[in-house]
Parts: sequence; structure tokens; C-alpha cells
Amino acid sequence: MVSATSKISRFNVASLALGLGFLYLPIVILVIYSFNASRLVTVWGGWSLVWYREFFHDEAMIEAAWMSFRVAASSATIATLLGTLAAVALSRGERFKGRTLFSGMLYAPLVMPEVITGLSLLLLFVALDAERGFWTVTIAHTTLTMCFVAVVVQSRLGSLDRSLEEAAMDLGCDPARAFVAVTLPLILPAIIAGWMLAFTLSLDDLVIASFTTGPGSATLPIRIYSEVRLGVKPEINAICTMVIGLIAVVIVVASFASKLSSAQGESAAPL
Amino acid sequence: MSARRIFARPARFAAIAPYVWMVLFFLVPFGFVAKISLSQTAIAQPPYLPVFELTQGLAAIKAAFAALSLDNFKLLVTDDLYVLSYLRSLVVAAVSTSILLLSGYPIAYGMARLPRRWQGVAMMLVIVPFWTSFLIRIYAWINILQHDGLLNKILLALHLISTPVVWLSTDSAMYLGIVYSYLPFMILPLYATLAKMDPALLEAASDLGSSPLRAFWLVTFPLSLPGVGAGVLLCFIPIVGEFVIPDLLAGSDSLMVGQTLWLEFFTNKDWPVASAAAVLLLALLLAPLLLYDRLQRHQLEGAR
Repeated sequence: MVSATSKISRFNVASLALGLGFLYLPIVILVIYSFNASRLVTVWGGWSLVWYREFFHDEAMIEAAWMSFRVAASSATIATLLGTLAAVALSRGERFKGRTLFSGMLYAPLVMPEVITGLSLLLLFVALDAERGFWTVTIAHTTLTMCFVAVVVQSRLGSLDRSLEEAAMDLGCDPARAFVAVTLPLILPAIIAGWMLAFTLSLDDLVIASFTTGPGSATLPIRIYSEVRLGVKPEINAICTMVIGLIAVVIVVASFASKLSSAQGESAAPL
Repeated sequence: MSARRIFARPARFAAIAPYVWMVLFFLVPFGFVAKISLSQTAIAQPPYLPVFELTQGLAAIKAAFAALSLDNFKLLVTDDLYVLSYLRSLVVAAVSTSILLLSGYPIAYGMARLPRRWQGVAMMLVIVPFWTSFLIRIYAWINILQHDGLLNKILLALHLISTPVVWLSTDSAMYLGIVYSYLPFMILPLYATLAKMDPALLEAASDLGSSPLRAFWLVTFPLSLPGVGAGVLLCFIPIVGEFVIPDLLAGSDSLMVGQTLWLEFFTNKDWPVASAAAVLLLALLLAPLLLYDRLQRHQLEGAR
């Protein structure tokens, strides 16, 4: 693969460095300022954990964080189940009635503006006279994130060697058994990565949650958003840093899972 | 071959649960949006009229049907406020997508040229911000851009400016935020097509006397067009309906359509107009959405 023309140029290195610097610098600054002792966000007053202590005394914020965590864990779990089933149907189900509609419904939410998804789900919940809160947000997030899970798992299934499944069936396994014994272990890393992606997407969402939640059950992004509108507060820096820390842990686990996955074949990008 | 066909039957049953879910929670809700976009605002719970009550008999339902009207749409296409917000959304999305393409391409190209083992690391580094909260990343910029923020401090210290510049609540801040948030969406599909390219093609071009720039323009760029298409759609469609970034970073004198919809719904409690705005937005995005659907289908199922 290495040849004279594929050598990396100075221009390549510079654009890479600039691009990555641009992506990371703001986050690094945010994290550093969360340890700032000064009340003024812009004046450095030495290292301190005072804003973290502040968060742990802010009951409304903790309640919102707990709500977000529960919604993210439940919606990610349902979404992984449904998304994996959808991926299996699309990549192994050959032709079936309404297949085009099915894949269209799965791909559209990936780019659909969130204001549309949020508004339409809210109107459904109102028409059904459903009480808005934990469950409505969970259903809304499941609808969005199962599409991401489906795409991640589907691209893994697509790169899988199908002769393995066929061999299992030639050796007498029925299709269900061949799937559980052969296919499922091979796509498990993608399923885990899908769950992680669904979890972080749900934890992140402001717009859809704002539409579908009810009074008294705000999620963490809704709380953060209403604080941010009033201006920069050091406590928000601390909360954001903790969320980033949590997501970093999730990413490390997910990338470990996809390493396992790529060790067994071609790796699948989470998009 | 026969084994493959046997597998297909039970796999089809796997579609049932997700199919029902998506019809119920993705497709059906659009019906409600369409219906309420034809209703009138009312001080009631829910805040619109008419309400269909299936229990009240056929005559009541007929009367409710007769009460539906296109008034909300008339308002949207005649009132300057709404027309301008649609135009602004399209302009903002087009401009930011162009900036994204111009800045994302060199980064993706640089990634594809890295030695193999570094490419995975670089990809991971681009994906991580995509996993990190949108809201938090916008908030990080507010920290930097505010009146006594880091950017003004650095510029003052370097004597490049003499008084602090207003960055927040401007269009430049909004464009910066959009480019920052969507950059991974542009880089990843571009990288995916560029990394798949055979370097022998470029060698052939240079053997035949092409300058590197000419070879790039005649060979690399045309071959990367599927990635360009995916990246452009992946950015353009959601940016048109973007709410958070313009709300937090741009000024309040001109709104994008996502903001108008939000305002009508949450502040004015005018659900019918908000629904009509959503229907129009969807109509506007239908062509790029269908294009994206075709691309996605081709990419994930093209092998078969």
C-alpha cells in the first residue's frame, strides 16, 4: 500500500492537527474551568472542587440527572432489542412486503430535524391522552435511537461471512439455532456498541425530550438548557464535565467492544 | 443457496416488532401533525379545535371535518416572519454545509493518507465529539465567546483588538457552532470513501504526466463523490431544522424555522400553526430526505 504518491504531505498533517485541535480545544477549556475556584467563570482563582460540591447539593439537578439516566438506560435497552431485530430482518430477510417502507422509516429519523420528531410524538401522546413523563420520553428516545442501533448492527451483519451460517445449517442446525450459536456471538460487539450509542444519544437529547416530557419531570439537558439561557455558571461546567466523563467511560467500553469486533473481521463505523 | 433461503423466513418475522413500533411511533404521529395543522387554535385542553370524538356519532365527525381549513398554511406563506425564517434556514444550511465540506474534506483526506494503524486512532478521535453532548459542546463555546471570555482576553493580550468584541448573539457565532457540531458528520462519510480508494490510481495518473493537483481533481475528487453526497445530506437536512445552536448562539432578530416552530409551540401555545410549520418544513426536506434514503439503502444493502 505504501508508495510515493500515498506519502502523507505537510498539508495533510496540518489540516489533521488543526481539525482535531478545533474539535477538542473547547471541551478541554470547559473541563479546566470546571475546577476553577472563582465564582466568575472567566477569572482563574486556583484549583477547586467547589462546583462539584454545589451540584451534589442541588436537588433539582440531581433529580433531573437521575431521570435522564433512567430514561437513557431503559430506552437504550428497548432500542437495542428492536434495532437488532430490524437489522436482522433487513440483512437476512431477503424480500418481504413493505420492506422499502420499513427501511425508509428506519433511515429517516437519522437525519430528521428533531423539532419535527418531537412535535409529532407529542401530538400522538396528547391524542392518546397518555400521561407525559418518564414513559413518553423513553418511548420517544427508543424510536430515535433504535434506528442508530439498526444501522450499526446492519453494517456489521453486512460484512459478516455468510458461509458460516450456511455451514451451521448444513450441519443440521435449524435457522434459529444457527443464528443464536453462530451469528449472535459474531455481532455481539456491534450490539454492545449500538446500546452505548443509544444510551449517549438519549442522555444528550434536549429537543425531543422537551416536547414529550410533562411538568415536573425534566431531564438533565432540559435543566442545563434553562440554566445556560440565563448565562454561564461554574456549576454547569462541573455538571458538563461529569457527563463528559461518563460518556468517555462509555466510549472506552464501546471501542473495546468494536476492537473485539474488528479482530473478527472488518470493523464497522458507528454511523 | 438453499440454506440462505431457509434463513430468510424466520428473519422476516424479526421485522414484526420493530415494524409495528415504527408505524405506531414514527408514521402515525405524522397523521396527527397533518390533522392538527388544519385545525384552529383554541383556549382549551388540548389547545386546538376541532377535536375528533369518535363517541359522538357520525354527524359530529362530519362537522369536525368541515371545520378543518388551510388557514394556517395561508398564514405561513403570506406572513413575512415565517417566509423569512424558512428562507433563512435554507441559506444558513447551505452556507454551513459549504463551509463544512471545504473544511471537512482536507481533514478526511489527511486521515485517509495516514499509515493504516493510525487511521483507526484518528477515526476514534473524530467520533468521540460526535458522542459527546451537543448541548455541552455549544455551552463550551459560550464560555469562550462571551464578553469577558477567553477569546476576547487572548485578542486583547495580543493587542489585536482594543475593546472586547461582541461574539455571542451574532451570525458568526452561530456558524461557528454549527460547523463545530456537524464536522464529524461531514468527515466520517468522506473518510469512508477516501480510505477505500486504490492508491494505484493516483500513481497511474502521475505516471501519465498528471500534476498532483490535476490528479486530485480528475481522479480523487470524482471518486469521492458518494462520500460528498452522504456528508452534504447528513449535514444539510438536520441543519435546516436546527433549534439549539441558533437559539443559544445567534441573535434573536431573525429566526430559523426550528426556532419559529419552538416559539409557536412553547411560548404562543399555538399548536396548529406549529404543526403547519412542521408540515411545510417536511415538504421542503422531502427531496433531500428521499435522496438520503436511497444513498443509505445503496450503502447498507448495495452488496446484494
